[in-house]
Amino acid sequence: MSGSLDLFAAAEAERQTRRPDSRGGEPEPRTTYSVSGLNRLVRELLDASLPPLWVAGEVANWKRSPRGHCYFTLRDAQAQVRCVLFAKEARQLPTEPAEGMRVRAFGAVTLYESRGDYQLVVRELEARDSGGLWRLAFERLRQKLEAEGLLAPERKRPLPLGPRRVGVVTSPVGAALQDVLRVVEQRAPWTTVVVSPARVQGEGAELEIAAALDALGRHGRVDVVIVGRGGGSVEDLWAFNREEVARAIARCPVPVVSAVGHEVDVTIADLVADQRAATPSAAAERVVPDGEAVGRRVRSAAARLEGALGHRLAHRRRELMGALDGLSRCMTRRLEARFNRLARATDKLEALSPLAALRRGYAVAQDETGRVLRRADDFRRSSRFRLRVLDGRVECRVEDVVETEERGGSRDE
Amino acid sequence: MSDPRAEHGLESRLARLESIVERLEREDLELLEALSLFEEGIAHVREARAVLERTRLRVERLVIELNGAVSLEPQAE
Repeated sequence: MSGSLDLFAAAEAERQTRRPDSRGGEPEPRTTYSVSGLNRLVRELLDASLPPLWVAGEVANWKRSPRGHCYFTLRDAQAQVRCVLFAKEARQLPTEPAEGMRVRAFGAVTLYESRGDYQLVVRELEARDSGGLWRLAFERLRQKLEAEGLLAPERKRPLPLGPRRVGVVTSPVGAALQDVLRVVEQRAPWTTVVVSPARVQGEGAELEIAAALDALGRHGRVDVVIVGRGGGSVEDLWAFNREEVARAIARCPVPVVSAVGHEVDVTIADLVADQRAATPSAAAERVVPDGEAVGRRVRSAAARLEGALGHRLAHRRRELMGALDGLSRCMTRRLEARFNRLARATDKLEALSPLAALRRGYAVAQDETGRVLRRADDFRRSSRFRLRVLDGRVECRVEDVVETEERGGSRDE
Repeated sequence: MSDPRAEHGLESRLARLESIVERLEREDLELLEALSLFEEGIAHVREARAVLERTRLRVERLVIELNGAVSLEPQAE
């Protein structure tokens, strides 16, 4: 203890001897700072005198707190400095930098008062190597999904031919949607397009895209889905490199075509999707058939159908004719006797038939249901009736009904 | 035999039509079977033409309510 007291005493002595110089020789009352006061003073000096600046170095000891703040060290061969990246800024990073990664950090130098350490409060962090953090984030997610088998070629589903309902996940106000609608209308206007709107860039876009995909898969009754947007910078397209979108594509119950309008860079969405198209228009062309070609197929099939049946019928008719000829040649004589018997039976039947009575000049009156009208009274029930004569029918109208005394008809019943 | 008036996708209808044509052309079918295939084929041709003549694209919009309910709404052109 006495040793440390001696140190304090020495420091105090030194401060006293140097005091006059510190304020240009002006006399000043002896001031004793608390440690907190000292640190506050130093922090204020640092804050006031150093504007925010860029620092280049290598990242070491990256740690993320439960609240999302990130603590790390920047260093070069000779020195190091503590850095903090608060959660709000940390969320903007595509991924955490790897150990030893060469980065540039922009931030303000300040003092962490409770520890007396000075540190850089980083507002922006970017990798100095090409692609940088974006590339790294992409690679990390790609490897993770690949390890789970989500990128395997055998997972790719074939697109349905001639879908009736096509789902589109994109911005409701973007050019991508208009492009898809235009192409589908040109090629296959009988299709129904189901739009599931989502913001495709900005914070939270990945969650909206994933939710729009899920809803479309569950409720859209679609046969295939196009997900995408028109072109943009790496940052603009970033939602399509997020895990949420990748997983939503993978679990979509129908095939998905990605259409992130950016020919050069492949996105994670492109890798997980069943097919990748360079632009939304190209995706639509891939998804719906060309109406002209379909029309040609229908016409050709119709012509062949008619040709095939015509041919078959002609063939059968010749067969049938041949068979009938043979039949008449072979069977005529054997059938003759039976024909004769049939003729005789027909004669007898005719003699008994009411037709014979008709032939003699009688007629039968019937109402519209076919009931025979026997009595004058029957004719009162309907004004119209029908006369059945030998060779036809006569439609008649009742003018008047007069009953006579005869009741002879009752005998028949 | 499938019902030619059922809600076929255009492509499956075309595929069925073409397989009918091929059977009629290639196989020696009973006349009744050939006739019923022909009739089915003609119905497919008629339905496919009706589909092809539909010229107005239909657009529906999936709406997710705040309570999570999802509905499909036809979109006015």
